[in-house]
Amino acid sequence: MEIIQQLVNGVSLGSIYALIALGYTMVYGIVKLINFAHGDVFMVGAFIGFYCISIFHLGFFPALVIAMVACAIFGVLIERIAYKPLRNATRIAALITAIGVSLFIEYGTIYARGAQPEAYPSNIVPLKSLELFGVKISGQSLLILGTSVFLMILLQFIVHKTKIGKAMRAVSHDMDAARLMGINVNNTISATFAIGSALAGAAGVIFGMYYTKIEPLMGIIPGLKAFVAAVLGGIGIIPGAMTGGLLLGVIEALVSASGYSLWRDGVAFVVLILILIFRPAGLFGKNVREKV
Amino acid sequence: MLKINDINVYYGNIHALKGVSLDINQGEIVTLIGANGAGKSTLLKTISGLLKPKNGEIVFEDEHIAGKVPQLIVKRGLGQVPEGRRVFSNMSVEENLELGAYLRKDKKGIREDFEKVYQLFPRLLERRKQLSGTLSGGEQQMLAMGRALMGQPRLLLLDEPSMGLAPLLVKQIFNIIEEINKTGTTILLVEQNANMALSIADRAYVIETGKIVASGSAEELSASDQIRNAYLGGH
Ligand SMILES: Nc1ncnc2c1ncn2[C@@H]1O[C@H](COP(=O)(O)OP(=O)(O)OP(=O)(O)O)[C@@H](O)[C@H]1O
Ligand SMILES: [Mg+2]
Repeated sequence: MEIIQQLVNGVSLGSIYALIALGYTMVYGIVKLINFAHGDVFMVGAFIGFYCISIFHLGFFPALVIAMVACAIFGVLIERIAYKPLRNATRIAALITAIGVSLFIEYGTIYARGAQPEAYPSNIVPLKSLELFGVKISGQSLLILGTSVFLMILLQFIVHKTKIGKAMRAVSHDMDAARLMGINVNNTISATFAIGSALAGAAGVIFGMYYTKIEPLMGIIPGLKAFVAAVLGGIGIIPGAMTGGLLLGVIEALVSASGYSLWRDGVAFVVLILILIFRPAGLFGKNVREKV
Repeated sequence: MLKINDINVYYGNIHALKGVSLDINQGEIVTLIGANGAGKSTLLKTISGLLKPKNGEIVFEDEHIAGKVPQLIVKRGLGQVPEGRRVFSNMSVEENLELGAYLRKDKKGIREDFEKVYQLFPRLLERRKQLSGTLSGGEQQMLAMGRALMGQPRLLLLDEPSMGLAPLLVKQIFNIIEEINKTGTTILLVEQNANMALSIADRAYVIETGKIVASGSAEELSASDQIRNAYLGGH
């Protein structure tokens, strides 16, 4: 039963990685940029959620929605100010800019409020835990899972059934052909950043509730792991990011459970190295050579 | 309907179009012929707003469109079937056609145009749920044309629709182009298959290394020795 308990923990953690990984993969899919500032959007979401709850005494769901909306706007601003002017620049220039944006957000936050951590109140959602066949699943795990699954289904709906979702897929496949359909490429890219950032914001609030401690550099490690998850699933592929995130969470939980909890953070990068060696296009990717 | 006046287009410091002028009247089929690298696709991309001319004018139905964004140009009724089809291969036939109607809001009209496109290309109806990347080259060409028609263009630009197709299929595609023209869509047809293009066109332009070197009625150009030697394989 212990192992099932660990699996449940792994899936909860993994669904947080998955939410962050979605933003990496959607943005990469459309502008071929690894947005290294994405983990910091996650951090900003955690803080916005925290302030909503502690200062304005809002509940979990209102805080979640506000953090998502604020992060969506933040993501669009980052894209318009930092990345859009570099749309036709070399990839390395954009990548270096992304690292710069990341550092700017991290240390801007420290400058604005200091480096000290905050603690999410532990009683935001008075949920009882559930006993199922001797496995104790905490109310929080259930809430995390429920929220993540709902958001992922919502995302699938947006991407496959709505006009903006179809435009996003068209632009990520062939920008000029999309233009010939009358699609406004700039707006579509902004929408992609908005959606990806909103998901990261949601992940931030969920993370804060689960681990309680938040601080300005908290986005770095989950951000990197979510990046690994996106690569694991196949960067640019939405179901890949979901699967990659969940898988990584479960792998970590199992590594901890087998008594190697000190290796928990390291194992993500072992996974990254292995996937790059044996299946560089990721689990869901076709191993094709890059088009010239 | 479309009037291009002395445009110059550059790729960095490559001068791809050198003072090109061209006219298209309502209802015509005009063909633009020229060898590889002459600048045909560059001209179509410039008309559609994918490239901006350094100078010169492009006037579509009394509106200056040079340098305007593509979505505005599409909205005005100027569609393009790009070279190499460029279908969205990760989406179904139906979704591709839907994207063709991206700027339209008239649900009823869109439904009617689906019918029309499926009538014109029954193959697309059979394969409407299939991923367009798995269609044959000919079917993809039909899809690219159907997709452009979904935008209700009054002027349709076609970039080498016969490329890579078997002769029988080429004939079929050209018949459909004539049919589209008869329903009131004006056509600018870019082709390397000059014989076929001249056979359905009213007028033609010949482009060589970025310059228009000849123009006239399709009969005139078909009869000209110079054109016959360069583009129609002698005789
Ligand atoms: N993106 C680009 N960057 C630099 N040069 C380009 C680019 N696209 C086209 N060119 C150059 O511009 C010239 C015209 O190219 P264009 O594609 O318009 O020719 P084309 O007439 O359509 O040829 P084809 O029949 O082979 O399609 C060529 O010399 C080509 O090398
Ligand atoms: Mg061409």
